[in-house]
Parts: sequence; C-alpha cells; structure tokens
Amino acid sequence: MDSEQLLKFLDTKGSFNTWDLSKETNIDHQKIIGVVKSILALGNIITADPVTSKYWELTDEGESVILNGSYEVNLYNAVPSDGIPQKELMSIPNAKIGFSQAMSKGWIVIDRSINKVMKKVESVVDKVKEDLMELKASRDQISESDKLDYKKRKLIREVVIKSFTIGKGPEFTTSIVKLETELTTEMILSGSWKSTPFKPYNFEALGQPQSAGCLHPLLKVRTDFRQIFLEMGFTEMPTNNFVESSFWNFDALFQPQQHPARDSHDTFFLDDPQNSENFPQEYLNKVKIVHSKGGYGSQGYGYDWSLDEAKKNVLRTHTTAVSARMLYGLAKDFKPTKYFSIDRVFRNETLDATHLAEFQQVEGVIADYNLTLGDLIGVLHTFFERLGMTEIKFKPAYNPYTEPSMEIFCYHQGLQKWIEIGNSGMFRPEMLLPMGLPEKVNVIAWGLSLERPTMIKYGINNIRDLVGPRVNLQMVQDNPICRLDK
Amino acid sequence: MPTVNIKRDLLFEALGTTYTDEEFDNLCISYGLELDEVTSEKQMVSKEQSESKSEGASDDTIYRIDIPANRYDLLCLEGLVDALLVFQNKMELPHYKVIQSKKPLKVLVKSNTKQIRPYVVAAVLRDVTFDSARYASFIDLQDKLHQNICRKRSLVAIGTHDLDTIQGPFTYDALPPEDIKFKALNQTEVHSAAKLMDIYSTHAQLKQYLSIIKDSSVYPVITDSNGIVLSMPPIINGHHSRITLETKNIFIECTATDLKKANIVLDTILCMFSKYCSNKYTAERCEVVYPDGAVKLYPELKYRKETVNRKKVNSYLGISENLDSLSSALSSMCLKSTVLKESDVVVVEVPPTRHDIIHACDLYEDVAIAYGYNNIPKTLPKTTTVGSQLPINSLSDKIRNEIAYCGFNEVLTFSLCSKDDVSTKLRKPFDTQSTVRISNPKTLEFQVARTNILSGLLKTVSANKKMPLPMKLFEVTDVVLKDVTSEVGARNERHVCAIYYGKTPGFEIVHGLMDRIMQMLNIKFSSESGNTYQIKAANDETYFPGRCAQIIYQGNTIGLMGVLHPEVVTAYELTMPCSAFEINLEPFL
Repeated sequence: MDSEQLLKFLDTKGSFNTWDLSKETNIDHQKIIGVVKSILALGNIITADPVTSKYWELTDEGESVILNGSYEVNLYNAVPSDGIPQKELMSIPNAKIGFSQAMSKGWIVIDRSINKVMKKVESVVDKVKEDLMELKASRDQISESDKLDYKKRKLIREVVIKSFTIGKGPEFTTSIVKLETELTTEMILSGSWKSTPFKPYNFEALGQPQSAGCLHPLLKVRTDFRQIFLEMGFTEMPTNNFVESSFWNFDALFQPQQHPARDSHDTFFLDDPQNSENFPQEYLNKVKIVHSKGGYGSQGYGYDWSLDEAKKNVLRTHTTAVSARMLYGLAKDFKPTKYFSIDRVFRNETLDATHLAEFQQVEGVIADYNLTLGDLIGVLHTFFERLGMTEIKFKPAYNPYTEPSMEIFCYHQGLQKWIEIGNSGMFRPEMLLPMGLPEKVNVIAWGLSLERPTMIKYGINNIRDLVGPRVNLQMVQDNPICRLDK
Repeated sequence: MPTVNIKRDLLFEALGTTYTDEEFDNLCISYGLELDEVTSEKQMVSKEQSESKSEGASDDTIYRIDIPANRYDLLCLEGLVDALLVFQNKMELPHYKVIQSKKPLKVLVKSNTKQIRPYVVAAVLRDVTFDSARYASFIDLQDKLHQNICRKRSLVAIGTHDLDTIQGPFTYDALPPEDIKFKALNQTEVHSAAKLMDIYSTHAQLKQYLSIIKDSSVYPVITDSNGIVLSMPPIINGHHSRITLETKNIFIECTATDLKKANIVLDTILCMFSKYCSNKYTAERCEVVYPDGAVKLYPELKYRKETVNRKKVNSYLGISENLDSLSSALSSMCLKSTVLKESDVVVVEVPPTRHDIIHACDLYEDVAIAYGYNNIPKTLPKTTTVGSQLPINSLSDKIRNEIAYCGFNEVLTFSLCSKDDVSTKLRKPFDTQSTVRISNPKTLEFQVARTNILSGLLKTVSANKKMPLPMKLFEVTDVVLKDVTSEVGARNERHVCAIYYGKTPGFEIVHGLMDRIMQMLNIKFSSESGNTYQIKAANDETYFPGRCAQIIYQGNTIGLMGVLHPEVVTAYELTMPCSAFEINLEPFL
C-alpha cells in the first residue's frame, strides 16, 4: 500500500484504524504506520490519534496444548486403572507440570500402600484446552484469574497494540505532491528551486552534536585566574619543582621544626632523594639563629634548630616555598615586585569528598616599601571582585609565617552564607630580614585553592568528579566556558 | 587548629551575658575564633559512637570553638572568658604573681635524665577550691596542651598531684624499666614499668605515647622522699598522688625535651587555674636542682616589656590612631599598655599568658584585631610592575589549545601514583635511577611521583568505560624525575601525552596529532638536520613490537609513540586497542 492508496481508502471510509486495516488487508501493521508517518510529514493532510489496545495471544506452548491437550489431562490419561509407579509416569512429556496440576486439581492420588499413582476421579474435562481455543477464537469469555494462571504457565501472553485512528485533515487530498528535503546543486543551477515545494524543518529537535575537543574545567578556571594576575601586573613564578627541601618549604618561612605541619601525618617525605644538601650557607645560619635565639627584634622560638631536619626533602606543601626562594633572590637587588603562581601542592591528608592528596594552590605576593595591611585588604577586594566575589570580609587567623594573618570569607549569593575562600597576611620580619630584604620592605601575600571556587561555581560536590582519573568525562565535555563574573 | 568544647550555659554565666548563637559567633570571629558547631554531649557521643551509647549523656548545649594554634591561653573556659571580657573592656587582666615560700619544694634532677628527657619545671597551687566543672576543665586543659604545644607529649608532659599525699624533696630520675614499680593511675595493682607498657599497648589513649620512651634503656620517673612514684612521664601518673575534687594543694611538674615549651605549659596552667586559689592569681615557687648543683627557679611567670612606635604601627596597618587609642586597643587584647610620656611610643607589658607575642608584628596584629580587620580602610599598593608569564606555562597553554582544536579532551590526573603504575603495569622494571619515592604514603596510590603521564590517561579511560568510543584524551603537565645535578635531587619535566582508545588502534590519529603539534611549533618533518623532527622505529616494553617509534627532535629522542602492548591495555582493565604518544615539551622552549 502506498500513500495514494491509503488516502483513497481513507476518502471512501472517512476514517479507519490502522490495526483493523492491517488485519483486513494482511499488510504488516508497521508498514501501514510507516505510510501514515510519511503522509503526516507532509503537513495537515490527515489526522492520526494514537490508540492503545490490549489482547491475549497464545504462546507456542499454548498452541501445542490446543493440538495435544493440556499436560494434566495427558498425564491423567496415562494413568491406567490399576495405577502406575510414579517414576514410570514421569517419563511422559511435560509430566512434571502435568503431575502437579493433576494433583492440585485432585484428579490423581498416590497410594502409599502400593506405591503407585491412582486415578481419583472417573473422568476429566480438558478446560485448559477449551479455554485456549476460546481465546484463540477471540471469544473472551474466560475469567481474569484463569487468564493470569495461563499467563503464569506461559501458555498465553498479553500483547499491547499501539495503533492510530486516521481521519481527514484540513488539507486532505488524495493526490500528493512529493516535497523535496534539501536544496541541491542541481536545483540552484537549473533554477528549479523556484517552483519546488520543500519539506519543513523540525525546529523542535537539537542539531547534530559536534565531535569537539575540550579543555578541562579546572584548567579553564586556571586560565582566567592567570589572566587576572597578568592584568594586575603580576609575574609568574617558576613553580615547576614539586620536590622541595624542608629548609625552603618550612624553615625559611620561620615555621618551627616542631610545627604539626611538619609531621609525617601531614606532609609527604621522600625516601629517594631523601635529603637536600646545597644551601646558601650564610642565609642558612641566619635562619638557624632566628629560629633558635631570635633576632631582628624577635624572641625566636627558643629551641635547638637541627640542620638534619631542614635537609629532609618533601613534596612541597605550598607554593610559598617558591615565593621564599624568589624573595631570597630578590633581596640581592631589591625592586618592587608582584609575583603569582598556580600549581600543584601536596598534603598527606585523609581523602574525602573535598580533600585530595594534591591540589592546585593559587598564590599572589607583593613586595614593596611600606606596604600596609590596608593595601592587602584593598588588593584582595580588587582581586576577588574580578572573580565575581564582591562581598568579602576578613577574620583574624594564625599562620606561622604571616602576621597579621587574615582568613578571607566571601558571601555566596546562591548558598546565602559566608564561606571561607582563602588565607592571607603580611610575611613576618623573621622570614624577610634574614633573606637580606631592606627593613622597610613589607611583603603581603594571599593564597587559595583553585578547586574550591571552581567546585562552588559549578556546583560540584565531590572533588573526584573534577580531578583525577575518575573524572566525569561527560561533565568535562559539557562544561561551559569560564566566565568568573557571570 | 585546636577545638575546645565549652558548656554554653557555664560560658554565658562567666561572661555575665547571654548571646544568641549568631551573636556569639560574631564575637568569636572578631577575635579570631570560630564557633565551629553547636552541639551537646549526647549528640557528640551518638555521632562518634552510636545512638545507644549516648543514652544518659547530657543534653546541655556545648559550643565547639576553634582556637588559633598559638593561643594556648584560650584552650579552656577560664582563659577564654578572661580574654573575651578583657576584649569587651568588662574586666582588666589580672596580674599573676609568684610566691616565694621559706622552704621551697625541691626537685632533684639525676644525670640519667639527660639520656631521655632532660628538663623539668614545677610549681605549686595552694588552697585551691575545685568543683566538678573546674576539675573537668583542669583535666581538659592538660589534654589540649598535650595534644598541641606538647606535640602529643613528646616535647612536654604534664603531671599534676595532690601535694598533701606526698612529701618533698622530689627526685627526677631515669631508671631501667624493671626498676620502676608502682600502682599507676586507675590500676588496681602494682606493676613494673615494663609490664605497664605492655598493658597500655592496647589502651585507646595511651598507646600513642609509648613510642616516646619505649626503646630507651631508662624511663623517666619522679618519686617523693619516701620513694612513692608520682609519675612516669610522659606515659602515666601514679595512683597514689592523684588529684580529686577534694584536693587543696596541687603540685605540678612538666618534664620536657624543650625547656621553653615546658615553661609555656607551666605558665599557662598556673595562669588559668590560680584564680581558684584562696590567694588568687598566685603560684608557689619550686627549686629544680640539676646534678651539677645549678639551681633553677620555677615558675617564671615572666612579664616582658615591649614598645610599640605609633608611626610604625600606623604605617604597618594603614591606619592613623593616636597613642591613647593604640594603648587601649592593646590593653583590650590582654596586653596591658601605657603611653610613655613625651614620646611617640606605647609601652606594652606582655604577660605570661601571651607567649605567642615574640615580635612587634605580633603586637601590630593585636592592634589590628582590636581595631577590627573590616574597619581598616582599603588602599591599593602603589607598586607599578609589568606582568609576565612563565615561558613553559605560556607554551603549554598554546599547545593545549591546539590539541583540543584537534578534537581531543583534556583531563587532569594525579602527580602521585603507585610503583606498579610506573613499572609492572607498563611492562617495565622499576626505575630507581629516575623515580622519586615517597617514604610515608597513607595508601598505595601515593608511593611515587609519576615519571610519565600515560598511566594517568589509561586510568582515566578505565574509569570512563561508559563513554562513547573512540576516546581521545590528552594532558600537558609535569612529571618528576630524579636528577643529581639539581639542588633537591629531582626536577620536574613538562610532558605532552595523548591517547586514542577505540575499536581500531588509531595509530594514524595520534601520529597525525603529533605531526600537527610539530607543524604548529613550525618544525619540519625531514631527514635533514636542523629544526626538524624524525620518526624512527624503536623497541619499548610498553608498546606492541613493531608498532613503536621514537620521536627525534634536533637529533635527540624526546618521546615515544605507538600502539600499546596488549598486556598494558589489560593491566588497566581495558579490552580494546589503544595508541599513544608522550613527549617532553621543554626542548621547544
């Protein structure tokens, strides 16, 4: 049946059901549906209302029962009047089902005295077979419970039919013009496009997905952070050294050797290469003295500073180790400087949904004569404003190498609360003066993790979905461009 | 950062004011504290153990407050209340005094202690009145000090005793474990030190301290003149001299490997609890006699004078306060200050509760806190500088973009991995020459710093099997290699790695990507020397035989590419062919 035949049929009938048509004409229902769909695509020629109907159909097993009789009747008939040993009886086809059915219907009984199966009733009626024949003839006189029982026995199954009731549409016609799907070169050359009717596009659907490459969401955020630092005149520090000595990671920062951060529970120490050796000797002595005895106006910590402890290599716990190296180098010929870095740091932490053993630390450092705490507060406002965080406030905090120290909180509009976002402070004189920086030079600095603002921005709750091999690649592909101020 | 648990009602009673949780949190934040949680004993037990165990526990509201790690004077209700009241100008900080008795108690130090724990300091609190809350706070404070400044008792260990049950002079000695026998706190029998160590090896709290002395041939011990054992620091006190609610006179000893910290600890306990003595804020002096005859007097309870210059503090903070307001700001931070007449300085008396003040900048911070961080005017540094990028990072970003343009997806994998990831899984022996090994990883996943990116990409493919094929991934990041010429013995190296995983090996695709990168770097594929690259067949355990090549740039091999060996693929629980390349980016700088 093609479209035209179907339309002519509709014209004579006025309306019809596709399933009924399929039955009548013996044409496959799916084929008819196909023709209907193709006509529907042409516009309002016909209407099609979906109809769902159900009916029962015999399974192959059900068909065989009609031919051969039900299992229980066959089994009953196989029992001779003087009985039969159960084992022998069980050799007939489908005996197991037949036996249990016949037993439950009370047709047969096991006589324990002679160990034989006996008939219990004189005769039986094969109701199952009759019911199935009824069903096949579409005479639906069978009770629901029986149907369910036959369904359970896999003799029948319920079939759902989705068909359409077809009617004439406002633009009904029996002769259809074939619509072109696409504009072609030939049409353009011949000019036939002028008189060709085109099939309408479906604007309800999405276009074809692109096989695009993509950058990682966290690194897209990193790009924007770098951009902000560069716009503010910061120079990027060489942080490409994950292995660092305790001296530069801790001692140079005036972090005492008994500080809990230097515990193996918090820091990764190395077996190989275990120690660093070549330290600038003069500077090292100054660091030793300021820790153990003080100086530069400081009381010091008053403990025996150990070179062995300073030699121990670690995976750097912060990029401030690099800042210390840079400031030490800067002291040789000081000029006002702004540094930044965004790179990996390592903590021997217990892992959870927001903590990993490594994360990306963002750090900003400004060294100049007579910088003030007010300057730090001002620069942080400017920096975080660029990140889209306009409301920030500060809380006093403790950090061994900064004084004053400030925790940075920002007000999150979405979460409707203040959240801690980073740390900041002015580097202690005990850290700066042994390096040889001029006394009037102050250094202000701040740090935050790259992951935390990224997770908050994109609503990611588990850091493993963002970083590491278990990253959600679909999320990586679908992640929008980074616009921190949006 | 230590957290203390304080009963809210007791706190408010002592503060003389009732706050809402929010009001109290705001007060905390302005002082550098944080109200971490509002809970109760019942809730804490039921959270940490089980609901059934919390039956009968108190429902009283508890504030869990985060205390800055250097403020030992805020680790108990007594200190916290004093500090906040002084901060609000509701009281003046008391002056702590040492009382010299006619016959001071002596502690005789034996030379053996040098081998294990050389220092001891001591003091007496006379005529103390405890109730159950004060007693609990006294015990709690010792625990907080032990966990924090005492570094889990390794630096300092505190022993407190009922002085009326023991008799001076006391002896601080270090003896072989078999020679120490006493009834330890809460034990029913006398045991030898060796036996006690055995008993405590399964004790939930005490087992963590055993290693401090376990392997020593002698253990520290303090005895009285009748040979009664007061304590075996840093493990346990004796049962005989234990403190009870009825105790009136308390003998406090702190043994240490760090004398400075021992003094801080002793001062802190005395300052916090001398308010319960009949003669308030006083502690009685003890004499510590060293083997060489030297006599030291403790406690120190020292007051130190510092001066704060008005101009300096104002220019450090970016404020403009006069001397009087600077003085009252400092005084409100428990740092009693006076304006020195006809000068531009404030004289600050640093009390024995503020051992954290070691430099003028610490005083500046306290001025800033009293002033209010959020009241300080915002200014911008006048520093004029020109920004610049690190060349290797700038190059990496450009290459990352080019690779993404080619349809590859960027991933971000860990710098740390297992030994297997850099050896057996890639069919290679463990390379001790170039691999950095971590000594204290908590899990097998952090045994070494990675020497390649490839294994990270393979793990990512393995964890994302549900994604449509082919998967095309890349990463540009640092690997870590041992390097004897470097100051720390290791250096980073920037690598580019890309991988193709699908029904076919896709070698031509990763090969094409590599060619594209070279094209973007303006490097020609040519057998001629100069700024060119070549591909040469190579053999490598990680790659399938005959399907591996080295990439040569200016005569040096910068990496490998090829079809991965099936055993590498299966080692990462993958089933399909896979191609990859990994090159060093640094030669292109």
